[in-house]
Amino acid sequence: MASSREVVLGRIRAALSDRPTAPEVPRDYDQTRALGDVIGLFAERAADYRALVRRVRWDDLPAEIESSLRARGATRLVAPADLPAVWRVPGVVWSLDAPAYPLPVRTLDRSDGVLTACAVAIAETGTIVLDAGEAQGRRVVTLVPDYHLCVVREDQVVGTVPEALASLEPTRPLTFISGPSATSDIELDRVEGVHGPRHLEVLIAG
Amino acid sequence: MGRNPVTWLGSPTFPTAARTALADVQLRGNLAHATGTIRTKREAAVGELPDWERLRRAGEAIKDDVLSNLDVYLTRLEAAVTARGGVVHWARDAAEANEIVLGLVRAAGATEVVKVKSMATAEIGLNEALEAGGVSAIETDLAELIVQLGEDRPSHILVPAIHRNRSEIRDIFRATMPGASPSLSDRPAELAEAARAHLRRKFLSAQVAISGANFAVADTGSVVVVESEGNGRMCLTLPRTLITVMGLEKVVPSWRDLEVFLQLLPRSSTAERMNPYTSVWSGVTPGDGPREFHLVLLDNGRTATLADRVGRQALRCIRCSACLNVCPVYERTGGQAYGSVYPGPIGAILTPQLGAGTDDPGTASLLRSLPFASSLCGACYEVCPVRIDIPEVLVHLRGRVVAEKPAYAPEAVAMAAASWVMVSPRRFRFAQRLLGPLRLLARRGRVRRLPWPASLWTDSRDVPAPPRETFSAWWRRNRG
Repeated sequence: MASSREVVLGRIRAALSDRPTAPEVPRDYDQTRALGDVIGLFAERAADYRALVRRVRWDDLPAEIESSLRARGATRLVAPADLPAVWRVPGVVWSLDAPAYPLPVRTLDRSDGVLTACAVAIAETGTIVLDAGEAQGRRVVTLVPDYHLCVVREDQVVGTVPEALASLEPTRPLTFISGPSATSDIELDRVEGVHGPRHLEVLIAG
Repeated sequence: MGRNPVTWLGSPTFPTAARTALADVQLRGNLAHATGTIRTKREAAVGELPDWERLRRAGEAIKDDVLSNLDVYLTRLEAAVTARGGVVHWARDAAEANEIVLGLVRAAGATEVVKVKSMATAEIGLNEALEAGGVSAIETDLAELIVQLGEDRPSHILVPAIHRNRSEIRDIFRATMPGASPSLSDRPAELAEAARAHLRRKFLSAQVAISGANFAVADTGSVVVVESEGNGRMCLTLPRTLITVMGLEKVVPSWRDLEVFLQLLPRSSTAERMNPYTSVWSGVTPGDGPREFHLVLLDNGRTATLADRVGRQALRCIRCSACLNVCPVYERTGGQAYGSVYPGPIGAILTPQLGAGTDDPGTASLLRSLPFASSLCGACYEVCPVRIDIPEVLVHLRGRVVAEKPAYAPEAVAMAAASWVMVSPRRFRFAQRLLGPLRLLARRGRVRRLPWPASLWTDSRDVPAPPRETFSAWWRRNRG
């Protein structure tokens, strides 16, 4: 008996017996756009989705992280093990996570939040993208804690979705984040705060 | 072929179901409110992109390329997923897909699975099949949870509980959600909070998760799930085993193609610049996320749909639901009247094709009625992000239904009579004269009721009163 694979592939070939020709894909949509100040636009659009956004100087980053955590009242933080050491500010108990020594989910659940960097940010949509690369950690680390503080370097901000995708490695685990967790399931109106982190704070550093 | 669970067993035909739905004032109010909200927002989100029409054309062409070379892209996807540690399964129909998934859940030793909303698994009736096999499936999407707890049926592709307003949702939660506070209010934020608390424990302890897929990239094996709440991320990241059920047509050729769809989909569906969360994974990543990944490629009527040269464009659908939100018929009847997990304009062309070949007479009647559940106004085509010409397919499918009818069917007899009259100018003029007295029945320019058999027509429609003078008479008098 033919395997289901062979049956399905056979059905496809039979269905295409009229040999439809594949059209040329018109790629005349915008790859980039004149968006003006992309950093300002990213800040505005991320804030539109109820992320807390602050623009800070790169040199002040440790102090700014400290002030964000103090304002939030966060004292037990999770971070990927390769987070820059200077970001692990004092006055906070840091739990470090790495694939080789993963934190238990309970620890993540009981923490006050997580601090990471990102891979790229998209101005037009107010999106940050994590690719599990440097200082971003395993996916679960930015999922279970209720507060995510994310550092975006100004040179990581691109204008459009096509620009961002071109800069990413598709086989890495990727997470696109646009604001805190939300739902449109009640009367098709957006409400923040379901299963993912309910508080997203972005520090744009340059 | 047996029955395809894409339609619900025992569903009446669309006109019968619509009549019941139209009498439900609460339902009509809820739908008008929700679809009105989203229509306004969608227009703003789409209006922001100066290249929207070019993106639509690109989306259409990519999907047409996929359909034209489906075997090539699927085998490429299979190779890429396998190379990255995933296991690919092929399922001819719903029964086989359900059997594969149940077998995988059993092999993982689980009796409970968490699920992220997926049209493909809803289409094949996976939850029911799992339950019959002793596995309980927990829906984690807020709207799916509302439907599941309320023992209800979905009525929208994106927001299955769109027919419920906030106070109805509060009542369902109070009555059925373990641990829900009796003082729970109907504020949406509080309802979302209740769902968070209810599902948290389930997420953190789940061993197996089941998802659908919005896209899968043939070149790289990257699978994409687009969502809002974070329940998707929970399912895709926490459990040890992840099973993804995906319709064959969800494959896209290359990574670059996502730059089109990740713009088209969020703006068309929830009317956002970008949905809160999009997850992308390829096979298994050691140390990050599930240790086992299974991808089930589902046919279930798709290859039969692909064989129809006009109807195959329905397979371009990316399940955004924009066509539901603009449809005047959907807005008044709601989704359940369509008797399927795929309601609205896209459902009216997808369901009859996926479910074709059924041997259940009731189901066959429902499928025949669906292409007529439209006024052919064309709003669905205008908003479709992949430019599916839904009216064209509706007319094509209507043609098939009519062609199947015997020559003595009332409609066929009426049409034959009309044709006999219209081919001869003399007969036509005579018929026009016969219609003159109809004016006596008219009130304010309309005839509301005609005697049998014409009453079959006027039961649900008014007939405009014939004018005092026909056009041909006027022409003879003025220009003849």
